[in-house]
Amino acid sequence: MRHLMNPLDFSVEELDRLFDLANEIEKNPAKYAHVCDGKILATCFYEPSTRTRLSFESAMTRLGGRVIGFADANSSSAAKGESVSDTIRVISCYADICAMRHPKEGAPMVASEKSRIPVINAGDGGHYHPTQTLTDLLTIRSLKGHLDGFTIGLCGDLKFGRTVHSLINALVRYPGTRFIFISPEELKVPDYITEMLREKNVPYEEVIRLENVMPQLDMLYMTRVQKERFFNEEDYVRLKDFYVLDTAKMELAREDMLVLHPLPRVNEISVEVDDDPRAAYFRQAQYGVYVRMALIMTLLGLAS
Amino acid sequence: MLNVGKIEEGFVLDHIKAGKSLSIYEHLGLDKLDCTVAIIKNARSEKMGKKDILKVECDINTLDLDVLAFIDHNITVNVIKAGEIVQKKELVLPQQIKNVIKCHNPRCITSIEQELPHIFVLADSAKEVYRCKYCEEKYRENAIF
Repeated sequence: MRHLMNPLDFSVEELDRLFDLANEIEKNPAKYAHVCDGKILATCFYEPSTRTRLSFESAMTRLGGRVIGFADANSSSAAKGESVSDTIRVISCYADICAMRHPKEGAPMVASEKSRIPVINAGDGGHYHPTQTLTDLLTIRSLKGHLDGFTIGLCGDLKFGRTVHSLINALVRYPGTRFIFISPEELKVPDYITEMLREKNVPYEEVIRLENVMPQLDMLYMTRVQKERFFNEEDYVRLKDFYVLDTAKMELAREDMLVLHPLPRVNEISVEVDDDPRAAYFRQAQYGVYVRMALIMTLLGLAS
Repeated sequence: MLNVGKIEEGFVLDHIKAGKSLSIYEHLGLDKLDCTVAIIKNARSEKMGKKDILKVECDINTLDLDVLAFIDHNITVNVIKAGEIVQKKELVLPQQIKNVIKCHNPRCITSIEQELPHIFVLADSAKEVYRCKYCEEKYRENAIF
């Protein structure tokens, strides 16, 4: 039985097959509207995340399956002190596949060790969020046609942003990738990432100002400065407005640059950018559903 | 001078850092084995000044000693058969170590999940880096149980 814990659990070839299926679903949704008839997805969300949960629920519903679950730890048996291991053993009796989000790192992996059904890590603290990475890759591949040879700018909170770390790890597997990290000193990408890039001879630059590098980018991945990652309100307030993408900055960018964002946005992308054809973040949310549909089918053995 | 007799079959773990033999006794699970064990503390050593020695009389296939490589590289493992040293065992870093070191990442599931073992996986054998199986936090010194 296969689970998804880490975006690197799938090889590049397996990802290609997954993305081909996602694109096939996009083109012909009616063909896939009943492939999961009679199947149940359990969404076990120990911390709130409306977007990811709804994306999973939408994916399963569009495949003809049904969804059960809970949306925060207070409404689950975890509030009574039940362990993740026990919860998943019980959920395995109720559902065919489980998407789990948990504030503690590694919780979905603990679940996968005791589970009788495939478990998808839907985010474990600051650790991994593999379906976001799959979403990002599918968006790039669908809109650009390939995943290799890009200069990718990552901007904002590069220290705590797990989506950024996962995306970097996933993109280094494609030849010709080059990174430009754009962040304040306080939110720089961690050392272990830059060490890994040096070991793999993947070129990267670290810069402070977004304007200076805009013309070089094939892709700009914006991130939110997340309040919950800060211990101190003052630091959050000081840093949150540091990097705001607006039309003036967009004028410096190439015609075919894509702007991606894992959403939700707070104010790091001005709403005036939304109408720019290069703004791909809402299309990205749509690809998030397609990739989760393809993933559910693949893990349930319904992809072939 | 205290004398402990020869063993017929088993292991002599020599050059253990003085005072560490009891922790090694526990990590090897010797408390669970029904065999004769001699723990010699603070023996005189030319090389180390003081050292500990463990003598374990057992079938030489019953004990997994790999964890010693993680705990202390300098331990000498003598394999004994018919009362003679038949091999000086090379210690290899184990791929996985269970309940020897503790994950101190407060965000890790090991901090709350009932009776979940603390498992570390060898992530880089050249640099001897172990990471928590669940949160991938790098092992830091002084995290030994």
